[in-house]
Amino acid sequence: MGTKILEAISISKYFHDPVRIQVLNQINFSINKGEFVSVIGKSGCGKSTLLYILSTMDTDYDGDLIIDRISMRDKKEAELARVRNEKIGFVFQFHYLLNEFSVLRNVMLPGLKLAKLSEKEVEAKAYEKLKMLGIENEALKNPNQLSGGQKQRVAIARALINDPLLIMGDEPTGNLDKKNSEVVFDIFQELAQTYNQSLLIVTHDNEFAARTHRIIEMEDGKIIKM
Amino acid sequence: MKSKLIFSISRSLLLARWKQTLVAAIGVTFSITMFIALLGFMNGLNDLLDGLVINRTPHVRLYNEIQASKIQPIDRSVNYKNSHNFISSVKPKNERLEIYNNAAIMNSLKKDSRVLGFAPKITAQVFYNVGAIDLTGVINGIDVEAENRLFLFSDYVTAGNYIDLKNTPNSIILGKGAAEKMLANIGDVIQVTTTKGERMQLKVVGFFQSGLQEIDKVQSYASITTAQKLLGESSNYITDIQIKLKDIVMAPAVAKGLEQLYDVEALDIQTANSQFETGSFVRTLISYAVGITLLIVAGFGIYNILNMMIYEKMDSIAILKATGFSGKDVNRIFITIALSIGVFGGLLGLLCGLGLSGLIDQIPFNTAALPTVKTYPVNYDLKFYIIGGIFSIVTTYFAGYFPSRKASKIDPVIIIRGK
Repeated sequence: MGTKILEAISISKYFHDPVRIQVLNQINFSINKGEFVSVIGKSGCGKSTLLYILSTMDTDYDGDLIIDRISMRDKKEAELARVRNEKIGFVFQFHYLLNEFSVLRNVMLPGLKLAKLSEKEVEAKAYEKLKMLGIENEALKNPNQLSGGQKQRVAIARALINDPLLIMGDEPTGNLDKKNSEVVFDIFQELAQTYNQSLLIVTHDNEFAARTHRIIEMEDGKIIKM
Repeated sequence: MKSKLIFSISRSLLLARWKQTLVAAIGVTFSITMFIALLGFMNGLNDLLDGLVINRTPHVRLYNEIQASKIQPIDRSVNYKNSHNFISSVKPKNERLEIYNNAAIMNSLKKDSRVLGFAPKITAQVFYNVGAIDLTGVINGIDVEAENRLFLFSDYVTAGNYIDLKNTPNSIILGKGAAEKMLANIGDVIQVTTTKGERMQLKVVGFFQSGLQEIDKVQSYASITTAQKLLGESSNYITDIQIKLKDIVMAPAVAKGLEQLYDVEALDIQTANSQFETGSFVRTLISYAVGITLLIVAGFGIYNILNMMIYEKMDSIAILKATGFSGKDVNRIFITIALSIGVFGGLLGLLCGLGLSGLIDQIPFNTAALPTVKTYPVNYDLKFYIIGGIFSIVTTYFAGYFPSRKASKIDPVIIIRGK
């Protein structure tokens, strides 16, 4: 397989409130370039918690996290924000689009923040991503004029705008009906196969997981099957 | 590029809640308007009241005073050097009130770069003879042109032409109060008696009104030559030299220097009128306090609105952070929002303040005491506008600072997981 793009080295996490509970226990695994990985497990097994640590948003953990051969420990908040901006794309259960902006602008925002390309170039790229997901006609609408499935596709386009190393998803189909779930899954699969995009998706849906390259199964804060 | 992005995000957030934004901006506008109008009006009044005194008062006045010598003959005696002097009721000797060698003093004042100008003056105690009754009075012999140039004499001449005082021999401009008592009209001839018993007939060419009634009942003006004639003195007799300086603050120092140099009494305006400065200072202080209070209240309004906005926009902030905006970026977005409210509201406030000041300036204000004033006085000093502008920005910055910091500290994990 390709190069390791993300590696978790004995990551543990505790919740301190109200009592000290260990939610993650010595998690070790890695993701290679181009892999489509799903994480499954029952509610409360710590899979979302793990995802937020891997996404660099949660910094309160033991162990080490390596993204693109660089350790994320001891990085400052602004540096982590930069890593998220450049290397990670997010798709959440809820779309989290900003209603103050048009669909196109929503997709463009992380690209404008990265500021590697000019505004015109970012706009062209955003159109390209929207086209790839078949919603380029909605570009100038407001997010609240779109259907749930369309919104989730806009969210995926936003995740793709900076050509991230890895796309992370937290139950990205959790709020969608069967048909739209199917559409989203197909998009992910196409990204993995056609564009060699690495994906790490946390899901409840075993059927969804079964069709990914690799399944990580968690229980009580540990990985039980990889 | 980066600040442009932050600016565009701020603008979108602002416009999405434009009604709230407007309310916040109106708060700032209102307080700045009131701040400007209040300070302009207060300082206009201050200037007017101070002007009553300061326009008429020389910055430094040189004069001679009849007083007992500070060093008595006994003090000079070697024999009694170590003795106690208990001679009481020492009287001054009959000295002339004239300033000695005044031509030389005036010549050197002409060359002094600190001096804007000076006007010689003679003060003469007289009685106005009204039938069988004598009214006490003071006639000021003045250099009419210099007096007008330095102390705005013509502003206070309410009837008649001030320059007639110079052009008509043996003429007098009577204080309004004195004229009323004497039932004298312009063109009438009145008679005055000096303290030495000399009598003289003077033609009334105008009336004078200072706004201070006690003065108007007593004081009158004549030209310097008329006054010299009245007192039977020579043409180099002068009792006062009134000096106007370029910088009023220098007055005490200049007074001290002149006093030592020419061996005369020198009184500076700060010592003579200290109560006016205190009054002006307190009035200014009160208007600043009220203005700043208004601004702080507006600041709390902005604080509330931003806080609400942050609660509403929790999701947006969380997703901005998840997609790579740092806490600092979020902070800057909300500071930008606060500052744009401040700048917009402040600018509008400055304009409205100018408008309101202009309106106050048009309101009629007639008072017998102040003949030259027809409308309420307003001061349009640029200083107030600058202070108002700076204050609107500073208060909105601080009003935005705490909500912004709160926004920058929002943990995206908690928001996103909470759904």
